[in-house]
Amino acid sequence: MKKKLGVLMLALIMIVVSVAGCSSGSTSKSNQVTKVGFMYVGPADDGGWSQVHDQGRAKMVEHFNGKVETVVKENVAEEKSAVVSTIRDMVDQGCTIIFGTSYGFMEGMAEAAKEFPDVKFEHCSGYMTADNMATYFGRIEEPRYLSGIVAGLTTKSNKIAYVAAMPIPEVVRGINAFARGVKSVNPDATVNVSWTNTWYDPTVEKAAAEALIQQGCDVTAQHQDSTATMEAAKEAGKLSIGYDLSAATTMPEVYMTAPLWDYSGYYIDRVQAVIDGNWKTGQYWGGMNDGIVSLDTLTSLAPGSAQSKVDTATAAIKSGTLKVFAGEIKDQTGTVRVNAGAELTDDAQLSMDWFVDNVVGSVK
Amino acid sequence: MELVFFLCAAVKAGTCLLYATLGEIISEKVGHLNLGVEGMMQMGAVIGFIAGFTFGNPIAAVLCAALAGAAGALIYALLTVSFKANQTVTGLTLSIFGVGFAAFFGRDFVGKKVPEAITTFFQPVRLPGLGNIPYIGDIFFNQSVYVYFSYLLVIAIYIYLYKTKWGLNTRMIGENPVAADASGISVDKYKYFNILLSGALCGLGGAFLSLVYISVYPVDVVGGRGWIAVCLVIFAMWNPGKAMLGAYFFGALDIASFWLQKYSLPVSIYLFTALPYLATVFVLVFTSMRKNGNKKEPAWLGKNYFKEDR
Repeated sequence: MKKKLGVLMLALIMIVVSVAGCSSGSTSKSNQVTKVGFMYVGPADDGGWSQVHDQGRAKMVEHFNGKVETVVKENVAEEKSAVVSTIRDMVDQGCTIIFGTSYGFMEGMAEAAKEFPDVKFEHCSGYMTADNMATYFGRIEEPRYLSGIVAGLTTKSNKIAYVAAMPIPEVVRGINAFARGVKSVNPDATVNVSWTNTWYDPTVEKAAAEALIQQGCDVTAQHQDSTATMEAAKEAGKLSIGYDLSAATTMPEVYMTAPLWDYSGYYIDRVQAVIDGNWKTGQYWGGMNDGIVSLDTLTSLAPGSAQSKVDTATAAIKSGTLKVFAGEIKDQTGTVRVNAGAELTDDAQLSMDWFVDNVVGSVK
Repeated sequence: MELVFFLCAAVKAGTCLLYATLGEIISEKVGHLNLGVEGMMQMGAVIGFIAGFTFGNPIAAVLCAALAGAAGALIYALLTVSFKANQTVTGLTLSIFGVGFAAFFGRDFVGKKVPEAITTFFQPVRLPGLGNIPYIGDIFFNQSVYVYFSYLLVIAIYIYLYKTKWGLNTRMIGENPVAADASGISVDKYKYFNILLSGALCGLGGAFLSLVYISVYPVDVVGGRGWIAVCLVIFAMWNPGKAMLGAYFFGALDIASFWLQKYSLPVSIYLFTALPYLATVFVLVFTSMRKNGNKKEPAWLGKNYFKEDR
């Protein structure tokens, strides 16, 4: 009897506690705080891609000064079910706008967008949209082209290593833009690509970089989220182009420059739109003029002639006279893909699945 | 020459697998299937790095890593040897625990560099004499001390298992604990000793990654290599010598795609990442067909021994 009473009491306590929990949840909701969800593919401090987004998030939170709260989920798997369940959890916690920052979240977000028509979804780097799902990205190929100029001027062996994550249009486009930049100053140099099949796995990235260096590359570039490629360059006494974040303080022995991201402006604008109630879907693709992408200040390791060439090209890109994918462009087989005087359309850039002629490697 | 570089890199890539595989062989020889390899490697990797970062001493770092791995194994041994819990479930739990353990304690160390004293200590050293043999010297004897130590371990573990009384008793427990118990061997003591030793080796394998292979501490440095080690034990047919060959073979497969990509072969890179596992499936089929008991799994592998049921 005593035991039964105890169980009953325990059940009662549990009910009371859970009801109390519910009520405290609803009071915070009425407090005019906008809740924003962020899903990252890696850890928020990966020293690369996810950290870039997390810095943008932090600046956004600071900008709204208490009016915005964020719910962050790191290491979200690029699978539909994982994405959908993460989103359900975020909506449960009261998020009204959710940013997903990896290409592989696309299908899961599109599905969740149907399930939660009142929640706004923002997907980085994809192409699927809906009335409540927008896409956003930046023309990182502009600073990539500039970093190619630096690499092309640096290489002595005329072989540049490029450690790349996944054979998807985003990465292919970046490699091609980089190779175009290399070619603009050094027509003899090749860009040697190695796929790692992962966005973030330092051991794999380092092994890939070591292989390329042993094959004679003397400058490394990367489309990876860790600094492992630069570590391999450091051990071999080579030089590097980074990505995502400045490595001037963390990798001073090898770092010359990097294409950088700054998402804070976009995050502030979009969250403001949700607060004001005038959020609209769209496909944002900003460039250097919008400040979402830029090239880091060259370090003293970059060749002396690089600064003026980069400055000229930067001005030309900003004024619109230099287009990264303006003809004539040949692919690896020598076929002309873009005629002289023409420019590759945005759609063709977004679905790019071929390499320009000075890239060694294959898209598959 | 490029092939030499490739094989040298393969030995390096295979070394963490070799430590873990040797560890798991010992555990399985005493009849305990410990699927917690990944977890123990994670614990060794993170504790090894933290100790190295704090003390700046390579020996202290390696010792702490071995202790951390052994501590993980102690949880497993307590549950499976003393409390007779299901080995498979306990091992899986240990793996999940280890991943969480590493994420929790490694959090503040992400992005920190391995101290200079440790990187110089583990730098590749060309051995006098052996290192001058053409090809072989470049591949095997121009490596880190951590790698050389693994060569010695292969020999030591082979001698332990096959040339000593303790090794004989260990193998006997794995084959038939009833007979071992009847002949006066202290079954539980042997099990504890071997499982802890196995955990220490797994810890060393993890620390190889965080102290030698990578110079800045990343999140999830082990990244599933513990599971490959579990496959490798079968691939090696519970033989330390074959484990060495297998580890370098799997290490080579691990990095092969980066070296082959420049030839633009009409083969998908996804195939290369699947190769180690495909190879394991084939070996599983072959070992199950074998009649020779020496090359099969220990008869009592995965089964707990209840003295009272005898």
